[in-house]
Amino acid sequence: MYPSGKYSSRGPALIPRMKTKHRIYYITLFSVVLLGLIATGMFQFWPHSIESTADWALDKRSVHDAPLVRLPVSSPIPERGDLSCRMHTCFDVYRCGYNPKNRIKVYIYPLQRFVDELGVPISSTGLSREYNDLLSAVSDSDFYTDDVTRACLFIPSIDVLNQNSLRIRETAQALAMLPRWDKGMNHVLFNMLPGGPPDYNTALDVPRDRALLAGGGFSTWTYRQGYDVSIPVYSPLSADVELPERQPGPRRYFILSSQMAIHREYRAELERLKEENGEALLLLDKCSNLSQGAAPARKRCYKGQVYDYPQILQESSFCVVLRGARLGQAALSDVLQAGCVPVILADSYILPFSEVLDWKRASVVIPEEKLSEMYTILKSIPHRQVEEMQRQAHWFWEAYFSSMKAIGLTTLQIINDRIYPYAARTYEQWNNPPVVKWSSVNSPLFLPLIPPRAPGFTAVVLTYDRVESLFRVITEISKVPSLAKLLVVWNNQNKSPPEGEKKFKCPECTAIDGLSLDQTHMVERSECINKFASVFGTMPLKVVEHRADPVLYKDDFPEKLKSFPNIGSL
Amino acid sequence: VVWRSLATALRPDPQLHHQHTSPRERRAIRDNIYKNKRCRMETCFDFSRCQSGFRVYIYPPQRGDEISETYQKILTSIEGSRFHTTDPSKACLFVLAVDTLDRDQLSAQYVQNVRSRIQSLPTWGDGRNHLIFNLYSGTWPDYTEDLGFEVGQAMLAKASADVVNFRPNFDISIPLFSKDHPLKGGGIGYLTLNDVPPSRKYLLVFKGKRYLTGIGSETRNALYHIHNGDDIILLTTCKHGKDWEKHKDSRCDRDNEEYSKFDYQELLHNSSFCLVPRGRRLGSFRFLEALQAACIPVILSNGWELPFSEVIDWRKAAIIGDERLLLQVPSITRSVGRDRILALRQQTQFLWDAYFSSVAKIVLTTLEVIQDRVDSLVSRNRLLWNSLPGGLYAFPQYSTDPAQFPFYYAVLGKSPTQQFTAVIHTVTPLQSQISPVVKLIIGVAKSKFCAQIVVLWNCDKPLPPRNKWPSTSVPLTVIEGQTKTMSSRFFPHDVIVTDAVLSLDEDSVLSTNEVDFAFIVWQSFPERIVGYPARSHYWDGSRSRWGYTSKWTNDYSMVLTGAAFYHRYYHYLFTHHVPPSLLTTVDRMANCEDILMNFLVSAVTKQPPIKVTQKKQYKETMMSQGSKASRWADPDHFAQRQTCMNAFSHWLGFMPLVHSQMRLDPVLFRDQVSILRKKYRDIERL
Repeated sequence: MYPSGKYSSRGPALIPRMKTKHRIYYITLFSVVLLGLIATGMFQFWPHSIESTADWALDKRSVHDAPLVRLPVSSPIPERGDLSCRMHTCFDVYRCGYNPKNRIKVYIYPLQRFVDELGVPISSTGLSREYNDLLSAVSDSDFYTDDVTRACLFIPSIDVLNQNSLRIRETAQALAMLPRWDKGMNHVLFNMLPGGPPDYNTALDVPRDRALLAGGGFSTWTYRQGYDVSIPVYSPLSADVELPERQPGPRRYFILSSQMAIHREYRAELERLKEENGEALLLLDKCSNLSQGAAPARKRCYKGQVYDYPQILQESSFCVVLRGARLGQAALSDVLQAGCVPVILADSYILPFSEVLDWKRASVVIPEEKLSEMYTILKSIPHRQVEEMQRQAHWFWEAYFSSMKAIGLTTLQIINDRIYPYAARTYEQWNNPPVVKWSSVNSPLFLPLIPPRAPGFTAVVLTYDRVESLFRVITEISKVPSLAKLLVVWNNQNKSPPEGEKKFKCPECTAIDGLSLDQTHMVERSECINKFASVFGTMPLKVVEHRADPVLYKDDFPEKLKSFPNIGSL
Repeated sequence: VVWRSLATALRPDPQLHHQHTSPRERRAIRDNIYKNKRCRMETCFDFSRCQSGFRVYIYPPQRGDEISETYQKILTSIEGSRFHTTDPSKACLFVLAVDTLDRDQLSAQYVQNVRSRIQSLPTWGDGRNHLIFNLYSGTWPDYTEDLGFEVGQAMLAKASADVVNFRPNFDISIPLFSKDHPLKGGGIGYLTLNDVPPSRKYLLVFKGKRYLTGIGSETRNALYHIHNGDDIILLTTCKHGKDWEKHKDSRCDRDNEEYSKFDYQELLHNSSFCLVPRGRRLGSFRFLEALQAACIPVILSNGWELPFSEVIDWRKAAIIGDERLLLQVPSITRSVGRDRILALRQQTQFLWDAYFSSVAKIVLTTLEVIQDRVDSLVSRNRLLWNSLPGGLYAFPQYSTDPAQFPFYYAVLGKSPTQQFTAVIHTVTPLQSQISPVVKLIIGVAKSKFCAQIVVLWNCDKPLPPRNKWPSTSVPLTVIEGQTKTMSSRFFPHDVIVTDAVLSLDEDSVLSTNEVDFAFIVWQSFPERIVGYPARSHYWDGSRSRWGYTSKWTNDYSMVLTGAAFYHRYYHYLFTHHVPPSLLTTVDRMANCEDILMNFLVSAVTKQPPIKVTQKKQYKETMMSQGSKASRWADPDHFAQRQTCMNAFSHWLGFMPLVHSQMRLDPVLFRDQVSILRKKYRDIERL
């Protein structure tokens, strides 16, 4: 129904050109237009009626039942992506609005099957398993809205993950047909395998107007920093293979190369490195004569010896991830999963999620030209650091690579962080693995202030009913020059605090000293400590053996020259 | 259930088409295509020039070169850095003597025929490996990014950089700074107090010009909409330029009047947030002013590539707004929680002090960012750039692993290694088995934390044979110094692998108990110097210079390195960060190396060293027991130390030493309890 509203708005412009002999025709047309306007108006009152049809969710409808849309040959084609696009020029923030949750709303278009005029689909695969997973994850997340009018970001359900399976022109036409396309504003396309033979461009070749691209193989020349999102190439092995947990530490091999499609020049270089350094390197390739039934993706070979992939990756400290025809390689994901430190040789490649992830902590990036120096370079990294990188690599996989859901939601979170930068996740939140998050200390008062122009201190005295001792404390502490304020917290409900005038005299005082020596008191306090430690899940208290004293404390030195002569005297 | 029937999108490539394109050819093609406006390090920078290190060469000025005061500060900063070279054949990076800072044709500072001047340089080579500084580009009315000459393959360190023209990881965005910006040292941040809750009188303030003609004023023109005269004070004036009255609009009079009612400094000091809207260009002076004032910048300048954005995480110190959402600014700033305000505010102070407070820091940061790119394998990660003490004090050439530095244990949830290396500086011959140094070795080796002992043989006499040294349970290494200079005692020898170093003079007298206690204390303060004898500095008003005193006073600011624990990273910093000229001074006098180390550590940490308690006779024995050649006996020695203080503070541009009134003693020290209950008994015994 939406298109009818659009045509109706052209109506008034036609009327002045009307000729009398066609009056009846125009009256009819006018009525149609009027009906259209009324219908549009009704939709405004019933926005929810749009929702129900706009719900893409698959549990209600199978892929094969999705409506068929035929693309006219002359259907408009979007412009090629604009390299100068940035959030402030090509993204409409007004659609996102200010909201207390600081969360963008994401709409997913209903599933449709686009075909050309001859009925040939625009894509050889249609909706892929991976894209379906991604869309399901988004629809199950907090980002999702089924209300198109409230959406900030739009995700087409046209699957463009792999450019190879697409008909470029028709896919572009299909995008332009989307009812809210509007020059691609606020639309995000997910693509993992861009380009095609022979050049393999580093960004999706489908013309897409201003749509932002979550792409899997950007180079520094196609990536629009702060606009596009660089995403990983998902490895289907992630879902199929569960690797046993492996602690960071020394491994059987130092460097492992496991990719199958390595250019012969690079393979020759690797062979040379292997000759020089022997057993430390393991160079695997595809297996030439595998028995029937073995999945070739799960096996690698070296000189007739067969190794299980990706399990073998766990046996190496470093794993080579060389560029292929494309910059983005699914092998990166496998390598990270195995907790093997990726050695990335792909010049000008924008690493996945590099806007937020600090890859220097999890990988080694070596210029392709320096492949021959790889061994020396890696040998210079201390063991402790390698272990740290192994841990970090595995954490990156777990948090951001392990599923299409992780990839999709991370992408949305990055975009969310741009739109609500004041509520963005921090570097630590993105990069610190849970073990660091739990053990690290980030004081809110972290800055060593020099010199603190302190306005003094506030003394807070907690009291129950030991008035005499309270008065003694007050008398003593009020002599301190840097005391700014004294706050007494009267913690006794059965008794009201002494009146102001009586403050420094206490006739009814009774000494109840020695409370802290009480045996039950100590037992109670021990119980408290155990209780607190169990709630914290750890014992946060730390033991020190030092005590702060004034510089000249108990030194053989004239007392009157000491700043704090009274300390230590009873 | 449905998806089971779906095919995967990620089949491996059908066949390997790329096997035909040689990687070498592909790189050659790439290098040709991506030039000039599409420059990246891999296509427009000659890395081979940097093989002998990251050296920066400045062209000699030619006759008639007019160099502005600001550009001179930039050049002086480079000359004073450890990167500078006077030999162009060794240079990795070239800097022009032609002043390119102000490229506004209407400006008095505009330098004519820059284009021909640059083209005539013999080593220009289309700008390859050149760095060009610029603060102002374009002119009235549209202020484009035009420089009036072709940058070619030169890197641009530019203020007000626009993201669209900015070549990522190639150009560098620098902040706009005024001609009064100090060369070094620099003003300290205004935050001297972390008041909780961190509320200030005003929520959001701004005071600046409004432009009646030309671009850049849309946001400033609209500010009055959110000005409320109460806690949001946004003031603009039309009064600037000669003929402002000719263009004045209906709001000018009202705005001007309101503008004059408030004092800018008063606003700056008393506001939680400071608005930084774009001016004529994307960057404005308001940015650094707000940063210094600990007034959290609220940036409204769409398309501005923030200063050093390649390395600095601005979200930790600023609110990055959107000019289109000006009206949301009040609610956004009000929604920022107290803890976040506290954190943002402190980060402004850290960043100000680490990278922006002086021209030298801005220039050094620029050079360090480039150096990180040139050898990306030895570069800082974001943690090193964005936490104390900052990238200019954390050198990746020492290690790229944050856990190897003294600064990040807490944020990484780690702790230093449980052992130390004792490094004994020896200048007198080994006379007998009762030499003080022998006693020292034996005493230190008994500590359960001692991993090894290293003796630095800086004595002119030949190295004694192995059997003359005492036998110890821990490894004893004797290193004969090549230069035998005083500064070499802090050389980062590879043999030192523990995080902690116990630095000792040969005549130091220490019991095992004292060593153990000091090491335990150091573990709580791994970024500081922890030691025994302390000294102090003071300002000598009558002679307008810094003074040094060894008198027993109630406070101290230095701990002598003749007996002190510190992190081994400081050996690296001392040897590679301190300018060679200062090290030469130290070596020539054979004095002050300990003062210099204290200056360095306090400059890095902003904190005083820590004195732990020592046996009473320590000072006396140290003075008397030392051999006759002891430098402490020399009367000139003390005078030299006064001179050193002033030379060192001149180098830094400020006095880094901080006083402390605290001494750390064992918990039961001199308490009225049985000595048997005390762990460190020796320290109390006389």
